[in-house]
Amino acid sequence: MSQTNLAYLSNYSIYSAMALFTIAFFAHAIEVSFSVRNVESKTAFDFSRTEKSGRIGTAMIFLGFLFLLAGVILRGASAHRVPWGNMYEFSITGALAFSGAYLVALRKNKIRWLGLPVAISILLTLGTAVTLLYRPSAPLVPALKSTWLVIHVSAAIISGGIFLLANCIAATYLIMERYEGSSGRPAWATRLPSLDYLDQLSYRLVAFVFPLWTFAIIAGAIWAESAWGRYWGWDPKETWAFITWVAYAAYLHARVTIGWRGKKAAWLCLLAGSTFLFNYVYVNVWGTGRHTYSGL
Amino acid sequence: MRTAIYLLILLAIASIPGSIYPQRTQEPLKVAEYFATHKNLAKWLDKVYFFNVYSSPWFSAIYILLFISLIGCVLPRSIKHVRSIFNKKPPNKGYLYETGNLLFHLSLILVLIGIATGSLFGMKGQAIINVGDRFVNTATSYDSLGFGKLASEKSLKPFALTITDFQAKYNPKTNSPEDYRLDVNVSYPLGSKEIPKTIKVNSPLTYGSTKIYLQANGYSPMVVIKNKEGKVIFEGGVPFLPQDGNLTSIGAIKLPDTSPQLGIVASFTPTYEMTSAKGAISSYPEALDPHLIFSVWSGNLGLDSGVPQSVYRVDTSKMTRIGLSNLKVGETFKFSEGSITFAGWKPWVNIEVGRDPGKSISLVGALLAIMGLLASLFIGNIRGKREEVYESN
Repeated sequence: MSQTNLAYLSNYSIYSAMALFTIAFFAHAIEVSFSVRNVESKTAFDFSRTEKSGRIGTAMIFLGFLFLLAGVILRGASAHRVPWGNMYEFSITGALAFSGAYLVALRKNKIRWLGLPVAISILLTLGTAVTLLYRPSAPLVPALKSTWLVIHVSAAIISGGIFLLANCIAATYLIMERYEGSSGRPAWATRLPSLDYLDQLSYRLVAFVFPLWTFAIIAGAIWAESAWGRYWGWDPKETWAFITWVAYAAYLHARVTIGWRGKKAAWLCLLAGSTFLFNYVYVNVWGTGRHTYSGL
Repeated sequence: MRTAIYLLILLAIASIPGSIYPQRTQEPLKVAEYFATHKNLAKWLDKVYFFNVYSSPWFSAIYILLFISLIGCVLPRSIKHVRSIFNKKPPNKGYLYETGNLLFHLSLILVLIGIATGSLFGMKGQAIINVGDRFVNTATSYDSLGFGKLASEKSLKPFALTITDFQAKYNPKTNSPEDYRLDVNVSYPLGSKEIPKTIKVNSPLTYGSTKIYLQANGYSPMVVIKNKEGKVIFEGGVPFLPQDGNLTSIGAIKLPDTSPQLGIVASFTPTYEMTSAKGAISSYPEALDPHLIFSVWSGNLGLDSGVPQSVYRVDTSKMTRIGLSNLKVGETFKFSEGSITFAGWKPWVNIEVGRDPGKSISLVGALLAIMGLLASLFIGNIRGKREEVYESN
């Protein structure tokens, strides 16, 4: 099969994945909205009524994940390389990592309530990718031709997916904390886990992924040493990767050594996560430096 | 402990200005540009080291304090930990956790020592060389050269290399580069037999802690200039500076010894195309239809004014234009003071020679840090889970 055909197949897979995530989005939306009941003038939620819809949502996210996986692999095959050469490819792989992290976490944790926000964020990411960031499949520029591309970028993308998941959970914590502090949780949020659980989950995710992020930075440094002649040069991307690392280091210290929990910790987690997002968006789109080669 | 957290947050914040404002060590030209466009602001920013953030006193103060706090915290704990190992208490998971944790923090000190060693004893230099030319590793061969505080020209390893060939492959659809290959003959040490070697972007030439990198490439048009009497007054390949991905390049030739002085302001297009919007540009990075487009100026080049000039530009404020032309290879342009022949072109490469004796120390530190981190966070989590189980029971 020719390379162009493979690139087209990849595009079709991505579009199909988007369709599946859209179905997942509706299924989860129905799951939430149709479980509303008015009992004696009070709003209550009965999720047993929409169990099926929730299951369909999960199934669609899983199918979407598979199509996305196929899309990413085909994209790589079409250019005879790993599919991490420009921002379009980072975005589709990032969406893959994010949906994968959600599905893995779903196996052992009751986090199906995250299905709706997960579906929305993936749709937004893929939508931006196919409309604004799309570039035809092409070979890599010489600086990217290295085994380190696979090691460095995969570590960075997986870290990013998990950081974002931790961020979603920290944000949920803050919203729930606010409700509980004032009028109590609204009906739709009653099935969300306890504050303690949310607090622990976001910490676990960060603690799990922090060594991987450290590794991504070190792998990048080793690669930079052979490609650019120095292992660290305060390039904007490097600087922000460092800022993210330091911010999460502060978060871990705050939790482990002085026992920050709850609100303060969640805010610090959000702050650290936003430095990662900022690095991805700002440095790629408006930034200068050596990490901007591919016309995005 | 609280101090460490605030210092970490402070370190993160202090790193930000360096990603917003151009830094002298990375982009000296952009700093100069910033000074030209924001005169007053730039002066103030410079006073607070915003163009040298990572070597500024305030940035250094933060990380030095951080490391003092780290040493102050970790060293006593390490001593206690080692003592208890020698007392042969039975190891448990908490033990391993503490070992990993201490290893991580101690390794960070090693990384810092590596960085310090590199910046004190290292060197880095760049040189533009035409294909066919020879480079000898002495200070005068470099276009730019910098040494660590405790290193000098004596630390330059004696070697020489001749550029035998440079090949660039481009994608005909996207015009983007696919492969660069630089072939050289190296004699290392100087005077020994020349050995052919290949340098590519991701595989530099390595001799001990000295590495030779291929950093950039461009074109040098070959130009012959004769005076009115027909005598050759200039002959050679002049490296031009690429302006875009298709290697539209600009450059200059300055002839200060003629009377009046002559200056040539030129651009070189490897694949010539005339556009209404941008004038003459290159439409492909390979030399398929090379043109040299130039104007000839006579008067005062202003080289004696003491202000350093770019080799790629001519200060034409005290000169008048006496000619304008667009040549193909082999063509000659005649003007009142003589003639210019566009004889051909050669590729040039920018090589970087770097020596960083501290990088292996940093690498070992970084790898140990990862191992320590895995031990402490992973085992720490298992322990954390256990405690939760006990608590819930």
